[in-house]
Amino acid sequence: MSTRTINNVQNFSWKRFMLQWEWMLIALIIIIFIVNSSISPYFLNFTSISDATMTFLDKAFIVFPMVMIMIMREIDISVGSTVALASVVMATTFNAGLPMELAIVVCLLVGALCGFFNGFLLVKYRELSAVIVTLSTMILYRGIAYMILEDQSSGGFPSWFSYFGWGYIGPIPFILLLFVILAIGFALLLHKTVFGRQVYAIGSNTTASRFSGVKVDRIKLIVFTLAGVMAAITAIFLTARMGSTRPNVANMYELDVIAMVALGGISTAGGKGKMLGAILAVFVIGYLQYGLGLINIPAQMLLIVIGVLLIASVTVTNLRVKGKFKTSSKSDSKEKVS
Amino acid sequence: MMESNLIRYVSKFRELGLLGFIIILAIVIQFLNPAFLTLGNLSDMLKNTAILCILALGMMLVLVTRGIDLSIGATLALSGMITALTVSAYPGLSPFLAILLGIIVGSACGVILGLLVSKVGILPIIASLGLMNAFRGMTFWVGGGDWVSAYQMPDSFKGIATSNILGINTLVFIAIIIFLFFYYFVNNTITGRQIYALGSNPDSAKISGINANKVYMLVYTLMGGLSGLAGVLWVSKFASSQGDTASGYELTVIAACILGGVSINGGVGKVIGVLLGAFLLGVLDNGLPLINVSPFWQMGIEGVIILVAVLFNTEIKKKVEKNNRLRRVI
Amino acid sequence: MRKWWSFSFLLVIFLTVLVACGQQTGGSNEDNSGDSGSEGNDGQRHAVIFKSTGNPFGEKLMEGFETAITEAGDEAILRAPDQPTVEGQIQIIEELISQQVDSITIIGNDYDGLQPVLTKAMDRGIKVLSADSAVNGASRLVHINQADPEAIGRIQIEAVAEMIDHEGQIAILSATSQASNQNLWIEWMQTELEKPDYENIELVEIAYGDDLRDKSVSETEALLQSYPDLKAIIAPTTVGIAAASKVISDKGLQGEVVVTGLGLPSEMAEYIENGVSPWMYLWNPIDLGYLAGYAAKALADEEISGEVGDTFEAGDLGNFEVTETEDGTEVLLGDPFKFDPDNIDEWKDVY
Repeated sequence: MSTRTINNVQNFSWKRFMLQWEWMLIALIIIIFIVNSSISPYFLNFTSISDATMTFLDKAFIVFPMVMIMIMREIDISVGSTVALASVVMATTFNAGLPMELAIVVCLLVGALCGFFNGFLLVKYRELSAVIVTLSTMILYRGIAYMILEDQSSGGFPSWFSYFGWGYIGPIPFILLLFVILAIGFALLLHKTVFGRQVYAIGSNTTASRFSGVKVDRIKLIVFTLAGVMAAITAIFLTARMGSTRPNVANMYELDVIAMVALGGISTAGGKGKMLGAILAVFVIGYLQYGLGLINIPAQMLLIVIGVLLIASVTVTNLRVKGKFKTSSKSDSKEKVS
Repeated sequence: MMESNLIRYVSKFRELGLLGFIIILAIVIQFLNPAFLTLGNLSDMLKNTAILCILALGMMLVLVTRGIDLSIGATLALSGMITALTVSAYPGLSPFLAILLGIIVGSACGVILGLLVSKVGILPIIASLGLMNAFRGMTFWVGGGDWVSAYQMPDSFKGIATSNILGINTLVFIAIIIFLFFYYFVNNTITGRQIYALGSNPDSAKISGINANKVYMLVYTLMGGLSGLAGVLWVSKFASSQGDTASGYELTVIAACILGGVSINGGVGKVIGVLLGAFLLGVLDNGLPLINVSPFWQMGIEGVIILVAVLFNTEIKKKVEKNNRLRRVI
Repeated sequence: MRKWWSFSFLLVIFLTVLVACGQQTGGSNEDNSGDSGSEGNDGQRHAVIFKSTGNPFGEKLMEGFETAITEAGDEAILRAPDQPTVEGQIQIIEELISQQVDSITIIGNDYDGLQPVLTKAMDRGIKVLSADSAVNGASRLVHINQADPEAIGRIQIEAVAEMIDHEGQIAILSATSQASNQNLWIEWMQTELEKPDYENIELVEIAYGDDLRDKSVSETEALLQSYPDLKAIIAPTTVGIAAASKVISDKGLQGEVVVTGLGLPSEMAEYIENGVSPWMYLWNPIDLGYLAGYAAKALADEEISGEVGDTFEAGDLGNFEVTETEDGTEVLLGDPFKFDPDNIDEWKDVY
């Protein structure tokens, strides 16, 4: 099992190929499209399908680094607060007189700093789990956002800024284009580079990879910083969509992101899953929500549907995985305790 | 013997550290507002912390088995809503039956999660995340978008939270009973020990004949039952039940456990520590409004204090373990 | 073993979904037939979006809206996100734009944050109006105002002054520090307090309970501890006023500390009857929704355009005129309604 995950190169087998979780997700997307277009006359046209991506892709940028974090058997629940803080700082520095271009750079820096701080604490205090660290910083980051902006909202951005949230390149929303580019980038990073292989190695067995020369700390730092940067990108798109911001934006985004990653077949037991799965899951959840929204289903039903879908799909993964990955990976995680 | 005495001493010391932190915090608050350490305020604080304590104790066991339960806020809301609707329809219902009903509903939710974790083998964080959505949706659905208000509840039901038993407020009394039960359960029963054994090393625990699935079922059902109980107490205390009751409360509960020294990686966690963790949050919730900090700063201050407490705890633990490692024979 | 459980569990889910779908399609079939029927009549579809789901005030507002739209023979779409967030409302508005509805009535979670998406809706020919909680003037045609914010601020101070004989310390317990409605009312309260009539009344603190029960309770307790001479609490928010009243009742401080503000009759019935809150105010959410429904219809029919001086008829409520405000135009429902021990019984079962 572990050799399979550490070394991605494997003998091609049709059976294994067809049994991949990603096919299941593609099937789900097709089913959702068929059902949506049969229940709502407004779904199946190009504008509707492409505009829909604008409503759910903003938080999807965080999915990329979250996949890596969860493959490394960590988690980051501070991303929602990072989005809020980055967005608030961007708006404040802009209104303090900084040009918008620089304010965007500041936003990215703040995001990177938040992520780096998480990673730093984790690396410095190895016995602390990521849940604790990011739970504390989740409260802290949003708290700082409240200190900065108090009960105000801040906006008045130049008109070109709204392009991030509402702009098109040709007929395609800008956000979708950027998402696809970044998706390809991150997929290559995870699946085709030494760095990506090391991420898997850390997830399968941190101690072993440390002994075999993987710079575990450095990789963790990089990945957590990436999470902060992606949260800042989310902040840019979200702020552009709203035209203004306040400290309570992006509430509970972390749980939405984790749900997408989990649905994408990435196991929190570490070492498993593919970028493609998570990317497909973004569209599964997004179009499901959008389609149910088009028939004006009440919010409470939507909650139930998404919760059940999440559990059901993970159960299907379990049927597929033979052997007890749970116990084997749990024994690995002792590295932290001892 | 020497060794175990030392470890016991040292781990006591850890709780003392947390206690010291709370005392320092209390002194600072008292210095800023003399109304803090008055009998009235302390009793308010105890009442407000009771529900958190009950939930944190349950969560401790879940965390000890390397699990997590994010669905407790929703379970609390669902059982609170169902109980509130029932008592408003049957005002004659005895408060004991109301509590029982809440516990049953909560346990049922817990059983579902337990099955998903143990039998189906879904990771706890994902299973409970999914159930969180589902239970929350069901709460809105059951309540039909309306709230159950004070005038619809019989006095006997509202009395659960305001009455006294043996001169102690009922909420606090229930929390004390549960605390004592957990203290005994964890330290003196075989099942209690098995939970810790399973958490600190699942493989060897299984080899030594512990039925892991049974233990998982137990802790999640217990957690669900406690959430159900907390739901009834919550609704009775605030005399109102709404769809978004206790939304996000699970994170507060987990924070209390973590502050109390429970490790997310399993196997570690003490009842006293969890109690102190809950108290620390209780002092913050009660104290920050008392000292005249801007409401916008409250969250930031809370974040800093929690982070400092966690790091403080870890530093002490590190030092202690360094000493220990020299003596420990493995 | 695990496989068996997984399989049977999936089966259970599958069956539940089937049953739920059966019910759902049963329901939506009716909707669909209604849909196609109304589309045949060239009927319009009007949407209303409340702040969040599971709020009795919102349910009643949407109920009033639906009544008005049904009276006009059109179809009403009632929506709300599960959390009171701007993001959730933006998503719903996008979905409604795709459905090409005729009008959107928004109860905004933020004053400015919805401007881009609402502008997009208006560009696509959808009539946008706000009700209860306004959005800024550039993102709506007209706002349906429950009551003049100045009047809301003033009557609460007048009420408190009468309850405590124009003398003593008072405190305000608000919703979140971000709530624009509440902040505006509090500003007007402070303006009102500057009048010489109220020179002996001291506003000692503005606390924020975030519309959470537990936080509102601790904030109230903190107020009582910090200001032992506190005479009154004004809570212009439904959760806050009920939580504050509950604390006062439990502590047996009836008569020593009074509570007033804005609250739901159902939530407050208990405390108005036991005297903790001698009286309090609110407007009728059903009427508010009803008025919004007629305004939406009038806008969609192009009877009015939201300009100052436009008039329209709102069913049983009579005629209304669009008036000027600092930011955009509005329609005023009327003065807030007073709930006291004499009338609370008839209202507590309504909303």
